[in-house]
Amino acid sequence: MSAWRWTGIGIALLLGIALPYLVAPVYVNLASEILIFGLLAMSIDLLIGYAGLVPLGHAAIFGVAAYVVAYLNVRMGLPHTVAIPAGILGALLVSAVFGALAVRTAGLYFMLITLAEGMLIWGLAYRWTSVTGSENGIGGITRPGFLLLPWQFYYAVLGLFVLCVLTLYRVSHSPFGLTLKGIRDNESRMPMLGYDVALHKFLAFLISGGFAGIAGAAYALYNRFVSPTTVEFARSAEGVLMVILGGSGTLVGAVLGSALVLLTRNIVSLYTDRWLIVMGTLFVLVILLMPDGLLRGLGRLARRLRIPAVWTRLAPLRVRLSPSFSARKPVQELSAPTKHDTP
Amino acid sequence: MDFRRVLSILIAVPVLLVGCVAPGGGAGAKGPIKIGLLAPVSGAFAANGQDMVRGWELWWKQHGNKVAGREVQWFHEDTASNPDVALNKARLLVEQRGVHMLAGPLAANEGLAVAGYIRGTEIPFFMPVVSADDLTQRQRAPNILRVAGWTSSQVHHPFGEWACKQGYKTIVTLGNDYAFGHEVVGGFVNTYTDAGCKVLEQLWNPLTEQDFSPYIARIQALKPDAVFALQVGASATRFLQAWSQFGLKDKIPLLAGETTVDQSNIRGFQNPDIVVGIISAGHYAEGRESPATQEFVKAYMEAYGDIPSYYAAAMYTAAQWLTQAMEAVQGNVEDRKAFLEAVRKVELKDSPFGPEKLDDYNNPILNVYIRKVVKQPDGRVWNVVLETIPNVSQFWKWDPEEFLKRPVYSRDYQPGFNPKK
Repeated sequence: MSAWRWTGIGIALLLGIALPYLVAPVYVNLASEILIFGLLAMSIDLLIGYAGLVPLGHAAIFGVAAYVVAYLNVRMGLPHTVAIPAGILGALLVSAVFGALAVRTAGLYFMLITLAEGMLIWGLAYRWTSVTGSENGIGGITRPGFLLLPWQFYYAVLGLFVLCVLTLYRVSHSPFGLTLKGIRDNESRMPMLGYDVALHKFLAFLISGGFAGIAGAAYALYNRFVSPTTVEFARSAEGVLMVILGGSGTLVGAVLGSALVLLTRNIVSLYTDRWLIVMGTLFVLVILLMPDGLLRGLGRLARRLRIPAVWTRLAPLRVRLSPSFSARKPVQELSAPTKHDTP
Repeated sequence: MDFRRVLSILIAVPVLLVGCVAPGGGAGAKGPIKIGLLAPVSGAFAANGQDMVRGWELWWKQHGNKVAGREVQWFHEDTASNPDVALNKARLLVEQRGVHMLAGPLAANEGLAVAGYIRGTEIPFFMPVVSADDLTQRQRAPNILRVAGWTSSQVHHPFGEWACKQGYKTIVTLGNDYAFGHEVVGGFVNTYTDAGCKVLEQLWNPLTEQDFSPYIARIQALKPDAVFALQVGASATRFLQAWSQFGLKDKIPLLAGETTVDQSNIRGFQNPDIVVGIISAGHYAEGRESPATQEFVKAYMEAYGDIPSYYAAAMYTAAQWLTQAMEAVQGNVEDRKAFLEAVRKVELKDSPFGPEKLDDYNNPILNVYIRKVVKQPDGRVWNVVLETIPNVSQFWKWDPEEFLKRPVYSRDYQPGFNPKK
């Protein structure tokens, strides 16, 4: 790995650890939420960036874990040590069923099948009142005593997040991950090389679902309230959006996407009721200026900033932008303050 | 050097951001009274949320933002019609702006999400609009008060009994298929069947229903004496349109739940005849002949050009209620116990809703009006009062403790229809 990458990781970790000392508890909570949805987006990225499959129902798998944790914790009064693993197991079971149905397809059909599967779960959440509480949801989920305060919960989520990143990195860089990339790049060739494409896709879906489940369980404890909005289609689409914004195939880029979405929704809306316009504009800008995602785009930007002569490089641009028209002047003269320019 | 630059940018940006965001910060010793207002002005309920903000704003415009010598500051935050955002915004208001109390939001799931957070704090939380039964019943909390609010079934308990007494012996219900719809229809069906009348069938449609023809065909086939319909927002508009288009409006009597013909829906019709004459029940009637209601309606029309909906009236009345309570404690809202006690003691002799006071479970005892939509000379439509049922509690005529032993109304619990009595 390049030195740049290591420094990036170092800075990110440092910031992550220092965060509770830098900002108010509300924002520490928000950071936990960003990490949780970043984890969901990462699980989606395993499918988009490596297997080339775009799932539109991942919030449902995420939500199943959250609902199972909520139900076991609130309605049955079971301890967290039972509820949380059961939630993740539930997500795994659901993704096994959904994966088995979806992996035979690719492209648009895969999207449509996963969308339908997501709607199925949403329908259940909405209509199976005796279990899910319908629109009223399930509230009052408890947290273990050592996770009550925002910073305690944040560090737990941060640790979980780092662990998941490492695991997902390992998975995506293993021969298995490479095979997935092969399937993404040329699906018809892989069976001829002796790979079981459907099985690989299924396993990828299962792993992805497992991580979505971990995120879902963490979300249940974070939000302490689960309702059908948690599993609705908009959430699934938002997850895909986070991946695209962050940069597909980068895994950790997803957390940048998640930060962009959640920060605009929660912070920009403090200042203006028209925050949706700001959000839309930001998305368009990101796609236009950094089509391969925020992570790669910001990486490029940082590398550029490193070039010492950055100021002189910008000089021609400054000339064109300066009100006193002087584009014909040689560049070296312009490195002096523009005052001296004669029109 | 470059490293440091990047590092400093990475650290400075969030810090600056936070610095910008935190204009309020902790509660000063005797600064202004700060109130957080949660209302959606984007997403599915944006229009109704706007009404809420206007009603709230109108009170403070009229009465100046000073209570007992202390300045009142209120901060509105958009919940985006999303419970998760509502929860985050509630946290922001409490922990960052340091508000003394919260009022709002709109949808039941937003209210329930915020209530979950509030339960763990001592912040007073007032819900003039959220009507989910359980928030002042099975899931009540001492600091969650429904000032100027209502529960979904509260208004429709008397309506069910009334409907049966009118001689509508059989009925079909058509409700929005979510918790609010289940609670409203459940309340209606419960007393309707208690009074000896019969529910032929219950139909449920999703909030997003575009085509009401299958439901209307089914209703025609069942030939009931009347139909009880509870619809919200856009689905109410579509239903009323379909009801009139299929020519059923003057054939089968329609009894509407409160929100179906709320001012926010009926003001939008180009042809008001679609809604004129519809009978409904409500705790608010904008055409009620009382100075309290009519002065409010007039002032609101002058300020915003519309007849106020119940969402606006609720926030206006809540502001009135809280002002009285704040005056009673001389503006000392920091003493939460005394302040909450003062809120509980407030008795509104009259308000846009009529007389109101809280019961022992933090929900108002209020007037329920049997209303009829009529056209005014200028072509606007509004609900006028046909009959007033005074002092209705959320438990109707049942003993509260007995009532609370039953489950909350849901699709599976519609007493009288399912399970049969």
